[in-house]
Amino acid sequence: MTGHIHSIESFGTVDGPGVRMVVFTKGCPMRCLYCHNPDTWDMAGGTDMTAEEILAQYESSRPFYKGGGITVTGGEPLMQIEFVTELFEKARARDIHTCLDTSGITFLPDNPVYLEKLDRLLASTCLVMLDIKQIQPEKHKTLTGHSNQRILAFASYLNEKGVPMWIRHVVVPTITDNEKDLYELGWFIGGLKMVKALDVLPYHDMGKVKYQQLGMDYPLKDISPMSKDGALEAKKSILRGIRDRRASLSSPSCS
Amino acid sequence: MRPEWREFNGGVWEREVNVRDFIQKNYTPYDGDDSFLVGPTQATKDLWNQVLELSKKEREAGGVLDMDTKVISTITSHGPGYLDKDKETIVGFQTDKPFKRSLQPYGGIRMAEKACSDNGYTVDPEIKEFFTVHRKTHNAGVFDAYTPEMRACRSNHIITGLPDAYGRGRIIGDYRRVALYGVDRLIEDKEEQKATTRTIMYSDVIREREELSEQIRALGELKKLGQIYGYDISKPATNVKEAIQWTYFGYLAAVKEQNGAAMSLGRTSTFIDIYAQRDLAEGTFTEEEIQEFVDHFIMKLRLVKFARTPEYNELFSGDPTWVTESIGGVGIDGRHMVTKMSFRYLHTLENLGTAPEPNLTVLWSTRLPENFKRFCAKTSIQSSSIQYENDDLMRVTHGDDYAIACCVSSMRVGKEMQFFGARANLAKCLLYAINGGVDEVSKKQVGPKYRPITSEYLDYDEVMSAYKDMMQWLARVYVNTLNIIHYMHDKYCYERLQMSLHDKKVTRWFATGIAGLSVVADSLSAIKYAKVKTIRDENGIVVDYEVEGDFPKYGNNDDRVDQIASDLVHTFMNYVKGNHTYRGGIPTTSILTITSNVVYGKNTGATPDGRKAGEAFAPGANPMHRRDTHGAVASLASVAKLPFKDAQDGISNTFSIVPGALGKEDQIFSGDLEVDLELNLTEDQKN
Repeated sequence: MTGHIHSIESFGTVDGPGVRMVVFTKGCPMRCLYCHNPDTWDMAGGTDMTAEEILAQYESSRPFYKGGGITVTGGEPLMQIEFVTELFEKARARDIHTCLDTSGITFLPDNPVYLEKLDRLLASTCLVMLDIKQIQPEKHKTLTGHSNQRILAFASYLNEKGVPMWIRHVVVPTITDNEKDLYELGWFIGGLKMVKALDVLPYHDMGKVKYQQLGMDYPLKDISPMSKDGALEAKKSILRGIRDRRASLSSPSCS
Repeated sequence: MRPEWREFNGGVWEREVNVRDFIQKNYTPYDGDDSFLVGPTQATKDLWNQVLELSKKEREAGGVLDMDTKVISTITSHGPGYLDKDKETIVGFQTDKPFKRSLQPYGGIRMAEKACSDNGYTVDPEIKEFFTVHRKTHNAGVFDAYTPEMRACRSNHIITGLPDAYGRGRIIGDYRRVALYGVDRLIEDKEEQKATTRTIMYSDVIREREELSEQIRALGELKKLGQIYGYDISKPATNVKEAIQWTYFGYLAAVKEQNGAAMSLGRTSTFIDIYAQRDLAEGTFTEEEIQEFVDHFIMKLRLVKFARTPEYNELFSGDPTWVTESIGGVGIDGRHMVTKMSFRYLHTLENLGTAPEPNLTVLWSTRLPENFKRFCAKTSIQSSSIQYENDDLMRVTHGDDYAIACCVSSMRVGKEMQFFGARANLAKCLLYAINGGVDEVSKKQVGPKYRPITSEYLDYDEVMSAYKDMMQWLARVYVNTLNIIHYMHDKYCYERLQMSLHDKKVTRWFATGIAGLSVVADSLSAIKYAKVKTIRDENGIVVDYEVEGDFPKYGNNDDRVDQIASDLVHTFMNYVKGNHTYRGGIPTTSILTITSNVVYGKNTGATPDGRKAGEAFAPGANPMHRRDTHGAVASLASVAKLPFKDAQDGISNTFSIVPGALGKEDQIFSGDLEVDLELNLTEDQKN
């Protein structure tokens, strides 16, 4: 089997623990306004690679990845779930740490065939990095073109299955920096025991160039990058939500 | 045991000059963290402020504050010089005051003159006459012996940076011997060596006897240098302050006599630590005092200065002295060699602020203690001033008492030395292969008139065959040019003091170097995997190339081109080895142009990889700028494939990265949510 690969970055330091090989897959159903990889949206183009080819490349540089591993991101890797499963199973057989960076948008909670496939993938996934872009369904739709229902369901599913998660949230001025939304996001995350880390990123506009190259309009051209302090503030709001939720869960209920 | 050696563990080192044995029997590996370190004393701060003030004045004066024009620098040529005598715990300058550059004409009077005149000074006419008419210099000797072919190679820059007009450097005296044994014992040792030379006077025996006499004389002068500053260094050092001072006198004597391209210090920290441990145990000095000695020692090393020309500084992008000090590493018995002194040396980057010199070099091993690794990382982040080299790789051939000269040249201290050999421009050599030995810039016939390549599109096999012939020719001219240089340097500018701190039987590395490796690798890859069209001038000389199609580029962990690069190193090294080398030197090569790649590129025409005429080469073994498109690991993996056994003098890769690309900033990312929550809770409670 081959995967449809956009590119491979050999020195990833921000997509999971340690130094990692980051595999970008092609194809994504989301159309996030701030996406900085619009060149991965289309399923067409890219290179077909087998899991063995990717792992051979990993092995040739293995000493660099001590404490790190492989991250598959995209695009949306779960659009090629069979391929990612094969890659991860073979990677685990070689004792390589595997991390899946996904939007969760392809999650089909009511489809047993899909769930079977997903369970198989999760069995060889060491860590999931999940983007929760907006907690409010309507705002999420404006931002990405889809409701967040499946994504939140996916998070809960991972939690039930005991898969460690890192939650990522990008703070975009006027779009995802509303304090109430952030608090509610935290409240949601607070209910997930398997969340091991929270990564709150300030929005940047370094993707602009790619839109120009692709001859596309940059949808957020009127929005300036988020300051580091702004992201810190946002993180505090989320943490407050997490804390309150955790406190509510641990407090004895009235009977 | 001698009283100076009280409490030390004895060993072979007592009976023979053997610093390594002393270190191994006596050092204390340190696994702790950096919490024992102390800040600078008031005296240190005052002295350093004085240095900063003088540095400012020096910059304002255009780069040089003062120069000797009448006094020729020798070990004993100057009276004592100080910043502030009362505050300095470690003393000694190259001349009678700081920031005054000494006059060293033995490498070449013209270079010495030019270094003066370019900075607004004039060498005393009598000195000029003396070194022109009465006393020959290294430079004059070399040019007496050069062949026309060598001169042509030199002026057309296919062989570049040759140490034929300046000191070759790259020799590390074992300055620790001065501290451990005192000068008298070292003289005794050399006298014995002289008494036991072979007795039939072949020319090499005569030379050996003359050199030993010079070494003994230099050691005598070294003792006098101590006396000039009020110290008797004929006996061993008795405490850590003296150990540093004695070691420094050894080094100072070397830089008073030699303006070498790299005047490295060696591997002193773990040696010095043995004295510090004893003093701490005996209560002789406190940690504050010991750090102060170290700070003052490092301050002195930062103030080593030479008279140099603007061209020299352009070649090396600055005014480097390469006072390299090698720190850490692992012993062959498996114990790491990190001591508290390793920390103290690196801590000077905080106490005195960052500086490129001395070139503090950590001999990195996966087995260094975790605390030391963390401290190195922390200090690197703060100072960007630490160099790292692979001890796991070098220890295999060099054991555990080697040091780095310049940036990457490894040698066993006091047992091995190097004949520095600059480098050959392999990119230009490829162009010579295509143009039948005609230089693409000067259009002169420099190389042999081999049959040029006349086709419009380059054929890989044809080019490779011609290139190998041309490399073989280049290796021959290059090595023979170096033979002349080192013969004359030994004859007219012999490093008597540095060699007096070596064993009698010295292994000599005959260093060569390669420039333009990635240019050639990519060029050959383009010829092999794409189509390369030649563009010729009116005389049929190829002056430019058009590349049609894409090709694998070195720096992307792609074996198709990485193999070409590896083979190149191996092939060229084999050609180098095919030549006779002066004084039984063992050929090595390096791929390490850290700064001069810009100048080499400037003098080289367009190349088949699409690089335009005059464009800079990549530094050292680096991939060409912007051609490594698969991220840093892929880039480093390509470099790591180069065969170290063929380039034992070192492979360097210059690597810059913006801090953000090295990982998350702690503030934004909370690695452990539980801890983070608690922290936030307490913060809120405080509010």
